[in-house]
Amino acid sequence: MSSVTPAPANPLSFQDMILTLHAFWSRHGCLILQPYDMRMGAGTFHTATTLRALGPEPWNAAFVQPSRRPTDGRYGENPNRLQHYYQYQVILKPSPANLQELYLQSLAAIGVDPLLHDIRFVEDDWESPTLGAWGLGWEVWCDGMEVTQFTYFQQMGGFDCKPVAGELTYGLERLAMYIQGVDSVYDLAFNDQGVSYGDVFLENERQMSKWNFEVADTDSLFEGFRRAEAECRNALAANVPIAAYEQAIEASHLFNLLQARGVISVQERASYMGRVRDLARGSCEAYMAKNAEAWAAKFPGWSA
Amino acid sequence: MTDFLLELRSEEIPARMQAGARADLEKLFRAAMKDAGVTHGEITVWSTPRRLALIARDLPDGTQAIREETKGPKTAAPAQALEGFLRKTGLTLDQLTERDGVWFAVTEKPGRATIDVVAEAIPAIVRAFPWPKSMRWGATSISTESPKWVRPLSGVVAIFGTTLVPCEIAGIASQYATLGHRFHHPDAITIGGANDYEAKLNAAHVIVDHTVRQDLIREKAKAAAAAAGLVLVEDEGLVIENAGLTEWPVPLLGRFDPAFLEVPPEVIQLTARTNQKYFICQSADGKLVNAFICTANIAASDDGVAIIDGNRKVLAARLSDARFFWEQDRKKPLSEHAQKLDRITFHEKLGTVADKVERVAKLARWLVEERIITSALAKAGASGLSAQPPEVPAFAGTQEELANHAELAARLCKADLVTEMVGEFPELQGLMGGYYASAEGLPDAVADAIRDHYKPVGQGDKVPTAPVTVAVCLADKLDTLAGFFLADLLPTGSKDPFALRRAAIGIIETLTANNIRLGLIDPIYMSHASLAGRLNGYEWRQRFENLVEARIAAGDPMSEIEHTKTFEEFIERARSPEETAKFGARSNASFKKLISFFADRLKVQQREAGVRHDLIDAVFALGGEDDLVRLLARVHALQAFIGTEDGANLLAGYKRAANILKKEAFVTAGNAPISLSYMAEPAEKALVDSLAEAGPRATTAVEAEDFAGAMAALATLRGPIDAFFDSVTVNDPAPEKRLSRLALLDSFRAAVHKVADFSKIEG
Repeated sequence: MSSVTPAPANPLSFQDMILTLHAFWSRHGCLILQPYDMRMGAGTFHTATTLRALGPEPWNAAFVQPSRRPTDGRYGENPNRLQHYYQYQVILKPSPANLQELYLQSLAAIGVDPLLHDIRFVEDDWESPTLGAWGLGWEVWCDGMEVTQFTYFQQMGGFDCKPVAGELTYGLERLAMYIQGVDSVYDLAFNDQGVSYGDVFLENERQMSKWNFEVADTDSLFEGFRRAEAECRNALAANVPIAAYEQAIEASHLFNLLQARGVISVQERASYMGRVRDLARGSCEAYMAKNAEAWAAKFPGWSA
Repeated sequence: MTDFLLELRSEEIPARMQAGARADLEKLFRAAMKDAGVTHGEITVWSTPRRLALIARDLPDGTQAIREETKGPKTAAPAQALEGFLRKTGLTLDQLTERDGVWFAVTEKPGRATIDVVAEAIPAIVRAFPWPKSMRWGATSISTESPKWVRPLSGVVAIFGTTLVPCEIAGIASQYATLGHRFHHPDAITIGGANDYEAKLNAAHVIVDHTVRQDLIREKAKAAAAAAGLVLVEDEGLVIENAGLTEWPVPLLGRFDPAFLEVPPEVIQLTARTNQKYFICQSADGKLVNAFICTANIAASDDGVAIIDGNRKVLAARLSDARFFWEQDRKKPLSEHAQKLDRITFHEKLGTVADKVERVAKLARWLVEERIITSALAKAGASGLSAQPPEVPAFAGTQEELANHAELAARLCKADLVTEMVGEFPELQGLMGGYYASAEGLPDAVADAIRDHYKPVGQGDKVPTAPVTVAVCLADKLDTLAGFFLADLLPTGSKDPFALRRAAIGIIETLTANNIRLGLIDPIYMSHASLAGRLNGYEWRQRFENLVEARIAAGDPMSEIEHTKTFEEFIERARSPEETAKFGARSNASFKKLISFFADRLKVQQREAGVRHDLIDAVFALGGEDDLVRLLARVHALQAFIGTEDGANLLAGYKRAANILKKEAFVTAGNAPISLSYMAEPAEKALVDSLAEAGPRATTAVEAEDFAGAMAALATLRGPIDAFFDSVTVNDPAPEKRLSRLALLDSFRAAVHKVADFSKIEG
């Protein structure tokens, strides 16, 4: 096609975009956290989102979360499908009245001009049966491309969110491709010194796709799932819900790997998802139970 | 008289909810004004993604005082009555008024300023607003009692005339100021009142009237296509959706790589429409071209060049996914895809889709082998039942080839459910199967049957007429109905999760449009026979598991091995004669329900054609009729007859006879002896004679399916029955006369019932 996106004069590199977002949200009162050191499918699994969304205490945090989706791997051959990518998460509790405006300012900060590009809030309600969570919000479109998931959490772990937290999940690679005007994720400038996203991750995608789909030992994955499940219950029995929740994250990821290996039948799938859900919900319930009394004391009138 | 303006501004309201929200806002406002006794003129409601607005014209400045009087018990009534009245009215005795020995509660409602009424109504409307889904937000949401709205509410403008209506919702106070377009005019603008609202917003890049935005999108999209020498594929749903997503809509035309046109056009249209909300375009000769029209929400500083380019990339990514699926799916024949159907559950009680396909294939073949469906479809069934048999493309092969084609199509008709494309776009089920079948070189009749066997899917959808398609279409729907009714999973009220009503209507339409003579009993029993093993196994598994659980609860768990062994024993018992008999009883029960379900659907379906539901009942009530085409032919003849003078009078005579028989509690099977042992009166004799002739004539005509003839036979009874009632006394003092005349009326009733149960006919 004849038309070519005129790239902005000095588009931000991938890492500068992250640094810009960090600076922006830091300035707006967020803790800048580091990624959770476990394999997980989305930033929402980070305890800073899931567990901190529970209870009455204010909480504002931003972080990058590497997200693993084994079934999305394409051996590095698809220009925008990856088994490992980055999400930028912002969680603000309670949700501030100007959350949309803050979000749009953050887009402007990384170089999206809203009078040049068509930015739209399109209905997209979010639900995670695994976490017993749902919320209302939008997918944010930039020229027809979904660049962010914007959600007001209503329930987490089966509990009403009191108060409601606002969650922003930026798809960093998509936004960067957009800002830099490239058609393949591997062509993204990671920094301004000539290192591309492909230099950093292409080989990882090839090897990890192969491992996810073909190599991973399914017996040990099944065994790992059973162990995580047992350990979660062990931790719950000892009233250490954060530890229990970590095991739920572990079980969830092992389930995703088993899915990628194609060894879980359609019938079994629902049952495995139910088991993960029980672990995650059980952990949230225990977390709530452990803290509810102190929260109620500190916030008169509040109850789980 | 004063005008009132209300604007409820919020974060983006889902496009699909806006029409409902406008209606609800108007309804709630009207109700609130009515309750308060405030009259008003025209009401206008508008919506954008960020606001709901209402303008009410010509409100009075205040309401009249209202005096309400409620009548209570007599002063002489027992104390409990008085107590009850006081409790109900919330008054004390000294507040009641006594008049003529009766207590009255009198309340005086003083007139109120309209502005106060409105100020009170606004928060109440917000609280009562029936959003399909609503949410809490912000600091107040620490309590679940906090206000709810579809998305966070961010501003309220409420102006009566030029006066601000003071009110507060969710901590937001009403004001004169609102916001313009999110990007073109982010600053506050001040509204003077109802009269400058639309213009002020327009100056701030907001077209508040959704109909204006819709018109604009419709026209500019069409113009953009025309400017490129193309024709817009009009899509009113997209017009409304895009108007619900924009405050300042700007349709823009872009192009995509023509190489994607190798993907079926329906796939491109669906991708563009559902995922991206784009219009598509055609060339003058009706072919899909490589163009799309997106609707931006800004007048971009570069006239939309960057927006078009961004959208083109997104569409290209989507289309390359679609093309990938199209290529992948065609690497295997449908028969190979179909092997994976045993992994998909159709319904837990009814087995997998592979099980269903097996049943449908058998049934489709049977329909052809029994010559219910033949290569010359319409002619085959037309035994004078339908005045105009539809034009049917005959199947150009032998009956045996038709049976083979029907079975093959049935075996492949669900295979596309496991393809990548249908996995991504479930709406394309059937259609993709048809494309894949053609691509692998299967006969057109088979490919068409795979494509169309879900039809008709809604009112006005095309009804299949090609013989192979009809066979698969009927077999699939009959099996679905038979199965769900057997498992007792029936539709209730508005809930019909398995679309059984649609399936029944589809069968009715297909049978009637093609004049297919099919007794429903046989195919339903065939499905039941195939399902017997499955359903029994399921139930026994359930019972067995309950037993195991009970044993575990009692601290007596079985080992895994014991478990299996015992279950096999259970299954043995499931095949026992007693269990088979039970299944048979159940099958019969579900069958009765299913036939009456068909009767109900038939009434709904025929209502539009002007066929009276009571006449359908009158024919169904005779029982034993499971051929819908024959049934309808009889109903049509009956309706024509009832419309004639003879018919109307015969019906009146019938009702009179039936009333007398009922009153006299005269019950026989219509064969009580009519002993004319006395000198019969002429009218009596005439009726006996006419019955002797008309009864057998009606029977013969019904057997020959000559329903007009049967009605004509009945018509000959009209004169004699009228004469009989005019000149003969049924309740004669002589018992033998009375009994004989009752028997005569009974025999008249029986003759009429050979054609239809006239007692079901209204009027």
